[in-house]
Amino acid sequence: MTALARMPALAAALLAGLLASPAHAQTAADGQKLAFDRSKGNCLTCHVIRGGDLPGSIGPELKDIKAKYPDRNELVAIVSDEPKRNPQSVMPPFGRNRILTEQEINAIVDFLQTL
Amino acid sequence: MKPRLAILLGSVAAVLTALVAASPRVVAADKVDPAADAKAFQNFFFQKFPKLKPEEFVNGPYSMDEGLKRQWQEKEEFPPYEFALDAGKEMFATPFKNGKTYADCFANGGIGIRQNYPYFDTREGKVITLELAVNRCREANGEAPYSYVKDEMASLTAYMAFTSRGKPFDIKIPDDPRALEAFENGKRYFYTRRGQMNFSCASCHVQSPGERIRAEILAPALGILNAMPIYRSEWSGMGTTSRRFVTCNSQTRAVPLEPQSDEYRDVEYFLSYVSNGLPISGPGARP
Repeated sequence: MTALARMPALAAALLAGLLASPAHAQTAADGQKLAFDRSKGNCLTCHVIRGGDLPGSIGPELKDIKAKYPDRNELVAIVSDEPKRNPQSVMPPFGRNRILTEQEINAIVDFLQTL
Repeated sequence: MKPRLAILLGSVAAVLTALVAASPRVVAADKVDPAADAKAFQNFFFQKFPKLKPEEFVNGPYSMDEGLKRQWQEKEEFPPYEFALDAGKEMFATPFKNGKTYADCFANGGIGIRQNYPYFDTREGKVITLELAVNRCREANGEAPYSYVKDEMASLTAYMAFTSRGKPFDIKIPDDPRALEAFENGKRYFYTRRGQMNFSCASCHVQSPGERIRAEILAPALGILNAMPIYRSEWSGMGTTSRRFVTCNSQTRAVPLEPQSDEYRDVEYFLSYVSNGLPISGPGARP
């Protein structure tokens, strides 16, 4: 993506950041930590994520999430148990198998919505 | 009305597709047909990676990525398994306390035979791996068995694999219902999801070979055992097939089995059989 094409997305992200409540920004920051932590979300192992080093390539790049998934509940459902929605998916069922708590999943979803 | 009709047609088509897709599996389930399974297994990989020659699959992740392949080729000039190989050669030639040697336990004096393991022993009704045969040889000659996962066992089998390089895997399934059952059991283990991460062996090594998990590249299941034993940088040492199975299980947060348990032996039997025809490349080096 060229820098020019990235501008509106960046502006939107900045605006969203300004509008978000401080509590929300805090959980999004926690969510980023969880998403990059190998023993927690470890999303980077399979997904390209802005700000993360050495990403994997199994899953799709995590970007423009709000446009792709306007419904936050859908994101929660994906992180919690994607194989339930798509039995062929190799994505671990983070909620069902208690890899992450409900609170942690919500923080990660907050983070995803900033991408 | 129109969208509804489209949805209806769509679901009819989906059901039909599912039926068509399911029917060969029903046939396979009625009658265990390892030869057909192996053919389908190999064709899946050949179609997924049309540029690769069949024998290239035995190089695991290095067959999947050009840059990685070049690094590996350079590394092969001073391979990290060389110490183990030298040690294994010496161990192989050194007589036991009773004066006998490993050569007395194996066909062809133990040279160039790696491609025939594991085999199904119809007397015992079980799969016999090379590591198992090595320890039985030791015990029959009054020596203590080796650990199944690393060190001496890996060195010795590294040498035995080295003398078999280039020979195609030639795993046989004798006409014995227990042999077919072992194959089926191994196949079931391979495709069953388990552990907190909910991965099967196939999730990574059939569905995702060539993809990266962080900086690592996933190896294809086809030919994956041809390179055993391996030096893994992650282990800073050598490991056997057992070591690989145990670490795969624990990395996906599943409960590892005992090395050389019946199930692991059956998985090795299944995985080796479906790689029949591909050359032995062990010992290998992996990131």
